[in-house]
Amino acid sequence: MSRPATEAQFLARMMPPSAAATGLSRRAMLRGTLGGAALLGATGLLAACGGGGGAAAPAGPATGTLTFGSNASDAVPKEVYAQVVKAFGDPAIQVKTNTVDHNTFQEQITNYLQGQPDDVFTWFAGYRMQFFAQQGLVGDISDVWQNVQGMSDAIKTASTADGKQYFVPYTTYPWAVYYRPSVWAQKGYTAPKTLDEFVALATKMQADGLVPIAFADKDGWPAMGTFDQLNLRINGYDFHVNLMAGKEAWDSQQVRTVFDTWKRLLPFHQTDSLGRTWQEAAQTLQQKKAGMYVLGMFLGQQFDKGADQDDLDFFPFPEVDSRIGTGAIEAPIDGFMMAANPKNEAAAKKFLGYLATAQAENISTKADTSTIAAGSLADTAGYTKLQKKAVDFVANGKQISQFLDRDTRPDFASTVMIPALQQFIKTPDDIAGLTTSIQNQAKTIFTT
Amino acid sequence: MSGKVRTMSGADRVVVTLMVAVPTLVVLGLIWLPALGTVALSFTNWNGIGPLSSAKGVGFSNYVNVATNYPPFWPALQHNLIWLAALFIVATPIGMFLAVLLDRKIRFSPFYQSALYLPVVLSLALIGFVWQLLYSRDQGLINAVLGTQVDWYGNPDYNLWAAIVATSWKHVGYIMLLYLAGLKAVDGSLREAASIDGASERQAFFQVVFPVMRPINVIVLVVTVIESLRAFDLVWVINKGRNGLELIATLVTANVIGEASRIGFGSAMATIMLVISSVFVAIYVTVVVRESRQS
Repeated sequence: MSRPATEAQFLARMMPPSAAATGLSRRAMLRGTLGGAALLGATGLLAACGGGGGAAAPAGPATGTLTFGSNASDAVPKEVYAQVVKAFGDPAIQVKTNTVDHNTFQEQITNYLQGQPDDVFTWFAGYRMQFFAQQGLVGDISDVWQNVQGMSDAIKTASTADGKQYFVPYTTYPWAVYYRPSVWAQKGYTAPKTLDEFVALATKMQADGLVPIAFADKDGWPAMGTFDQLNLRINGYDFHVNLMAGKEAWDSQQVRTVFDTWKRLLPFHQTDSLGRTWQEAAQTLQQKKAGMYVLGMFLGQQFDKGADQDDLDFFPFPEVDSRIGTGAIEAPIDGFMMAANPKNEAAAKKFLGYLATAQAENISTKADTSTIAAGSLADTAGYTKLQKKAVDFVANGKQISQFLDRDTRPDFASTVMIPALQQFIKTPDDIAGLTTSIQNQAKTIFTT
Repeated sequence: MSGKVRTMSGADRVVVTLMVAVPTLVVLGLIWLPALGTVALSFTNWNGIGPLSSAKGVGFSNYVNVATNYPPFWPALQHNLIWLAALFIVATPIGMFLAVLLDRKIRFSPFYQSALYLPVVLSLALIGFVWQLLYSRDQGLINAVLGTQVDWYGNPDYNLWAAIVATSWKHVGYIMLLYLAGLKAVDGSLREAASIDGASERQAFFQVVFPVMRPINVIVLVVTVIESLRAFDLVWVINKGRNGLELIATLVTANVIGEASRIGFGSAMATIMLVISSVFVAIYVTVVVRESRQS
């Protein structure tokens, strides 16, 4: 097991759970924990923000004050956004940034959007965006998209609901199987292509005294990543998307196969995972005590910049069914949305148009090397080896899913799937009972 | 009605009216209205988005769902009852015992008193954090001393008990202080009389002091019940009330607050909790009313 090297790491492991797997959130969450007062303060801030908006008419010229709600509460990403806003450099528009604790922002989103949201605010692509779009809580920015360049069709689809665009993609990061090349070179491991090779490798690692697959699910969401990978490999992208949308049954044979396969892999997972945060599990990998870790690229944040981060690589989750292949990948996209009734629509759209440019993306990917730009025009010359590989990986993905809790209803993800997956990890034997229970709950949730 | 009432001046009447009306309005507005609102919402499918009028009545289906189709519910109810039993059977008696000890004017009494009372001033969230230092699987004191590798907060076989120990740490100090205050108020001559009559210390306490302390005993009992029903902050800090630490309050929060917004469903659980609490409140009120009639 990992032993945090610094006090900050030690504190980090005690932080409350979060669905926030974004590259920027780790220390933000830590801050939220350290002061209960900070959390309350942030809530107040949330309520207070949006009050300072300009009075420009929606269709007027792009001038005046623009409010920007940011969930980047940590020092580094906060600085990134400060630079992004500064580089916007439109003398006629004053961007006023309201930074809210990352977790709080997410928890309060429903109230936030129905209150007085900022003109532009940070959010995620996929169902989580579409859900609010369909409720009429966010603004249509299709006209902004007419001038957006360098976004792939897959990314545009992820920004679209009912044929209209509501989301400006900013950065993304792939989920895959991460490992340390130096360890693998020393032990003579090679990346497995199929599930059987994966199991054989894990068995070998176990014999070599390594934890084959680092694993943590205290926060409830990381295990969703493993489920997604298995479901994409076993049943394919279309099934996955339909399952997430409540159009396929959770007690179907397909889903049971996913859990059966996972059960076969569970003995290779790090034990006591329900009491461990992903940060701790990532440190097990970092300290070369674990061989692999199925996680998002943000795990690189647990590695020191430079040589330590260079000794981190990934391979796609291995093929389970040759008819399905490994074309589908998971790469959540973080970005921005506009309020349904922004106080300064013209300026908001101009700002969103700017955020979609390579110029804005470059600022973030340079500061946080665990993300890559969503657009293809961004400057990749300064990328680390891992970032470059991630760009190829995402570009070659045939279909891109977001993440379980971004691809399905938030109520289903948090109140049904988190307990269900934790239950599975605890007692993986009753798969039939578990999937039936999930399906029964899904039925009551997907009706409304 | 005597003549005294009639002598109240106009200003007095205004003051009395205000003193009755304002708290009544506050109680109605801040307690009864939200409580009844919760009950009403529990019969709807409102998801927190859009006007309340968009909510549809769904009868008892939220309750049926909670009871039959929500796996964390029954464990949560059970955990609340275990929590109550543990505080009632273990923590509260320890607090009372410590109060009796401290009441005996032993040396360094103020020191013990403040040491035991210290946890009470800490928030439960902070207590969860403090105990993490003892419970941590890898850095924790307990595992270091015992040479074990138990994941006290993570293992669902242990974490409820670990949390109860942490909460008891605070609860003991609270009860001790309450009880100590009560003991100080007991007339010393009662004890003297008992000892003159040849009663032992133990007999004097159980047969004389304890019955005299009846009002305090009731308060201690009520405080214990309230503390265990509203148990929330500690487990929320540990793991948001999942994986063996489910409590009704955490399930309500997880469903109502945050992105989930299952307002109707969460309200149904809140209403269930309200009903359970009402039972204890009713018992308390009955006892107090009987008490005041007797005296």
